[in-house]
Amino acid sequence: MSFDIDITARRGAFEIAATFRADPGITVLFGPSGAGTTSILDLIAGILTPARGRIAVDGQVLFDSAARINLPPERRRVGYIFQDARLFPHLSVRANLLYGYNLTPPETRYAELDHVVEVLGIGALLKRAPLSLSGGEQQRVAIGRAILASPRLLLMDEPLASLDEARKQEILPYIERLRDELKIPILYVTHLGSEVERLADVVVEIAAGRVTGQRQT
Amino acid sequence: MFDLTPAELEALRLSVKVGLVSMLASLPVGFALAYLLARREFPGKSLVNGLILLPLVLPPVVTGLILLMLFGSQGPLGKFFAETFGVTFAFRWTGAALAAAVMGLPLMVRAMRLSIEAVDRRLEFASRTLGAKRWWTFVTITLPLSLPGIMAGAILSFAKSFGEFGATITFVSNIPGETQTLPIAIYSILQTPGGDGPAWRLALVSVAVSMVAIVGAEWVERRIRSKSA
Repeated sequence: MSFDIDITARRGAFEIAATFRADPGITVLFGPSGAGTTSILDLIAGILTPARGRIAVDGQVLFDSAARINLPPERRRVGYIFQDARLFPHLSVRANLLYGYNLTPPETRYAELDHVVEVLGIGALLKRAPLSLSGGEQQRVAIGRAILASPRLLLMDEPLASLDEARKQEILPYIERLRDELKIPILYVTHLGSEVERLADVVVEIAAGRVTGQRQT
Repeated sequence: MFDLTPAELEALRLSVKVGLVSMLASLPVGFALAYLLARREFPGKSLVNGLILLPLVLPPVVTGLILLMLFGSQGPLGKFFAETFGVTFAFRWTGAALAAAVMGLPLMVRAMRLSIEAVDRRLEFASRTLGAKRWWTFVTITLPLSLPGIMAGAILSFAKSFGEFGATITFVSNIPGETQTLPIAIYSILQTPGGDGPAWRLALVSVAVSMVAIVGAEWVERRIRSKSA
């Protein structure tokens, strides 16, 4: 499975023009904060709408300005892990995990609750309320919630940025395991070289909304 | 414990009925307006907002007069409701409920609007990326998260309706058993010689009911908040 992205959009002060391809494994979008990396993820997820361009997965079009195709976020099957976990505060951890799972038709599911819970080590948290969890635990639940919706592409927007060093070290192995287990592309935004070194299969460098370089690691 | 006469009990019963009916009838209207004001930009938005808030600042007697003009038996809306739904308002308890609803609407809409505005829209985006259609996101995320404000708005509206006097007596007059709610009954008793004794008794009843409503509202709100925060 691979994603083709070729989009432009106006975001406040500058224009975003992003063209790249994401294959299974981790593609890091590497750029300083404010370079438009989060906007690129929002455009792919369907939270923002590009001015022009095309987003396709294995030939299926999610967005195409020329053909006037613009699937709403819920039909794109693009998982999104935000910098803040954004768990639903009124639902238990278990209900959070199953939120997207229950909305996914059984024939398109590839992730099951028991396995995801075991991989992420969140079995003891299922009955808890999201706001009673530590930042690292919340982020693990958010990762599980996104994966249980069986996405075709996973977007991760600086998922470690709001965590301290110890928590980061706690989450990183899980992300590596996801990369190795899931057969889907992961787009990972960061501005930290250390995360690039540890996680990236491909690095796409972004500055002022534009792709300035691309390399394998 | 208050040892009420049948007539006083009737006034209390009517006040509770008017309060509940006006609250329940304004819930969907109030929520729709609150949602519109919180989330949408449209031409004439400040006019709509102003119209909703107007009963809060107008003398109630003026609100009652406007209701009489619009919803009286000869009024355009009064005729419309009579012909389309078979509902008449003039000199009936339904009119008292309408007056109470109009007077309570600003409080209800304000409480609901604040609580809808406080819902983190990023949670709604998260829900959409998990496969939820717009309406499902609304039902499972937006609505439950704005529940404290909906409850607060509902109880404020009931409290206001329960105590409404000026617009009600102007619009539907003072008919025992039909439009004579608790405050109007108190007013009537005060008009008769030696009436302040019984008036005090009824006044205590309305204090008790209002206190129960307010304390109940706080309790419900705290419970919902502690569950979601």
